[in-house]
Amino acid sequence: MAADPVVRIKDLRIALPPGGERAYAVDGVSFDLKPGEIVCVVGESGSGKSMCAHALMGLLPDSVVTETGEIAFDSSNLLALDEDGWRDLRGRRIAMVFQEPMTALNPLMRIGDQMTEMFEAHDLLSPRERRQKALGLAQEVGLPDPERIVRAYPHQLSGGQRQRAMIAMALALEPVVLVADEPTTALDVTTQAQILKLIRDLQRSRNMAVMFITHDFGVVGDIADRVVVLRHGQIVEQGSAQAVLERPQHAYTKALLAAVPSMAPPPRPPLIDRNKAVEVIGLDKTYVTAGGWFRPDRSVQAANQVNFSILQGETLGLVGESGSGKSSVARLVMRLIGADRGTIRIGDVDLTQLEGKALRDQRRRIQMIFQDPFASLNPRRKVGQIISDGPIAHGSDPEKARQRARDLLGMVGLDGGAMERYPHEFSGGQRQRIGIARALALDPEILVADEAVSALDVSVQAQVLNLLEDLKTRLGLSMLFITHDLRVAAQICDRIAVMQRGVIVELKATATLFAAPEHPYTRELLAAVPGQQKPVSLSA
Amino acid sequence: MKQFWKLMLRNPSGLIGLTILVIAIVIAVFGPLMFPNSPLRMVQRPFLPPFTLSAVPLGTDALGRDVFAGIIYGARVSLLVGLVSTLAALAVGVPLGAIAGYFGGRIDDALMRFTEFFQTIPSFALAIVLVAVLRPSIYSIVASIAIVSWPPVARLVRGEVLSLRTREYVQAAIVTGQTSGWIIWHEILPNALSPVVVLASLMVATAILLESSLSFLGLGDPNLISWGYMVGAGRTVIRQAWWITVFPGLAILMSVLGLNLVGEGLNDALNPRLARDGR
Repeated sequence: MAADPVVRIKDLRIALPPGGERAYAVDGVSFDLKPGEIVCVVGESGSGKSMCAHALMGLLPDSVVTETGEIAFDSSNLLALDEDGWRDLRGRRIAMVFQEPMTALNPLMRIGDQMTEMFEAHDLLSPRERRQKALGLAQEVGLPDPERIVRAYPHQLSGGQRQRAMIAMALALEPVVLVADEPTTALDVTTQAQILKLIRDLQRSRNMAVMFITHDFGVVGDIADRVVVLRHGQIVEQGSAQAVLERPQHAYTKALLAAVPSMAPPPRPPLIDRNKAVEVIGLDKTYVTAGGWFRPDRSVQAANQVNFSILQGETLGLVGESGSGKSSVARLVMRLIGADRGTIRIGDVDLTQLEGKALRDQRRRIQMIFQDPFASLNPRRKVGQIISDGPIAHGSDPEKARQRARDLLGMVGLDGGAMERYPHEFSGGQRQRIGIARALALDPEILVADEAVSALDVSVQAQVLNLLEDLKTRLGLSMLFITHDLRVAAQICDRIAVMQRGVIVELKATATLFAAPEHPYTRELLAAVPGQQKPVSLSA
Repeated sequence: MKQFWKLMLRNPSGLIGLTILVIAIVIAVFGPLMFPNSPLRMVQRPFLPPFTLSAVPLGTDALGRDVFAGIIYGARVSLLVGLVSTLAALAVGVPLGAIAGYFGGRIDDALMRFTEFFQTIPSFALAIVLVAVLRPSIYSIVASIAIVSWPPVARLVRGEVLSLRTREYVQAAIVTGQTSGWIIWHEILPNALSPVVVLASLMVATAILLESSLSFLGLGDPNLISWGYMVGAGRTVIRQAWWITVFPGLAILMSVLGLNLVGEGLNDALNPRLARDGR
């Protein structure tokens, strides 16, 4: 790949508005994009990787200022371009694929119309040719039944199909550079694997230069030719994928790679002679959306005859793709939603039979850690209140509850000064620690963690996982751990239940499940986990 | 809080509105102390044009009463009616909306049909009927304005609560064993407050207009002078003595304008993301 670079980013420096966390969003970044090469820009949230992509598309928000630097493309400097110049370039020469295909597509326009809009915007082709092109593109990106798809609206497509449509639009004018901003983050692993392959294939057949933004080292291993590692807006390391992944030079890269959980489950001592902490028998839940006069009711079975039990001190993983019903099961177990049928037993108490005060009293035995650390803490209550509210509701003395909250904050690695502060003053990882402290405040026997680490950066994720594991062992808790990430599940679970469309298709000890998956769906899931071809996890 | 005031005062319309409102409140509170005479007393010959006598700067009305004193005393009535009736409307609308939104299902259906029942009746007509039936007095006016103006509050609060109750922190409160009342009061309402505050400021303005309209039609409290009553009383002689209607009319205009500007300023200050230069 000795081709000349199509894009040269030189010493790019983008200033953030004053008063922010740091002065520059992107600070002295230089790298090249060459035809036929995929450059992965990797970094944790806030590293400035999206800012780089937006600079390359001329989509920077008004609040930031490009101070120095140059983006050389076709012997001109993109940063000096005016709006007309950009309009001419965007789509035709440089195209972009966004993270969330549902919000990036216009919900009121048919897919085909959105594709032909690309040609229309640049005044190319006749309407008939445009439609022909759209069909061809739909075919090329592997959309099933293109004739039908071009007439469909975005909401009628699945997430993967929407992302394929986005890619088709980006490719419509045969750009030389494709910018993909976390294009697979919102997708399930099996879909992600397909989309990655698609981008790879298209890039090869069209000899495009691709700038691929991601936070996931697994994805990097699967797709990158070259890797640029960003941290706080600065490049800490760049080089060929092989070099960076196998022989990382910088300590930060090493730490990031080490934080990627391994696919190999660590050995776990078998749990014998334990009582069941939770027993779930024959749980059924069907969501029914009432139809209109001309539409039948729509029903989705979120849980179908779900059976499992968790031993004392055991972690049971519940894995599956989005829509498989795993979050519904968590909410059913918590009695946040009522089951249609079935029994949930905690020790010898049947939770499904309780109501009102009796239910509130029993709730302290089973506590939940939520997914989104930004949505799960009330922005208008102080951290101390958030943690001590629960015990006070259960009749604890307020002074004692506050003291306990302080101890708990220490236990999850925050200092007591956090008591008087509001949630927005904390980072995502710290907020998740507060969420854990809140769950522990009631001395529960069981923790239900619903995607508790999914919203966190990989290094923070590792810390929170360690914390959970440590607390669980120390306090003798049982845990229901819900995740879509098989790597995480491998590290923390004693046993894993695989869910598909509301049914548990396989439930086995973690090591056995990874070594000898039986159900085809489990195999498919395991095969789709990114980053298995190249030795990503050297730490294993 | 500091941040809030900064945002509120940065906005020119909020600043102007607040200034007008503060002046109106000062007049309402201290004005009557400077004019100890009742505004219903005759002080000069009738139809004295304004700016002729410094004792009665805005002239006199058909009965020789001081228009300026009327405006000063009217401020008290208008602002009081606006404020109290809004508070009463909030006291009905907020709990109703919160309960409907939080519990959903049949409770929601029942409460919302009840709300719609009030919404389908033209509000001014209902207010007239209520005041007429209850006999015009300051209490019946406040009550009838409150009764016709709570439905939008209930609707707004219900919508806010509906979206807030699925938040994870509300679910977290449920699983820690909080009672529904506690959750509504501590977790949901504080987060639903800002749009309600904005709506309330506009409701005060609407209530002042309603009171004026009722008084204009002669359904005001006969023992109190109010701006609407003055406009109504002067309307028959508007061609000979314009000042009797114009000055109280201006007072209504200014206070309603002030309140609307304050509402806009509050909106910008409480939803800073929407306000900041649009994009």
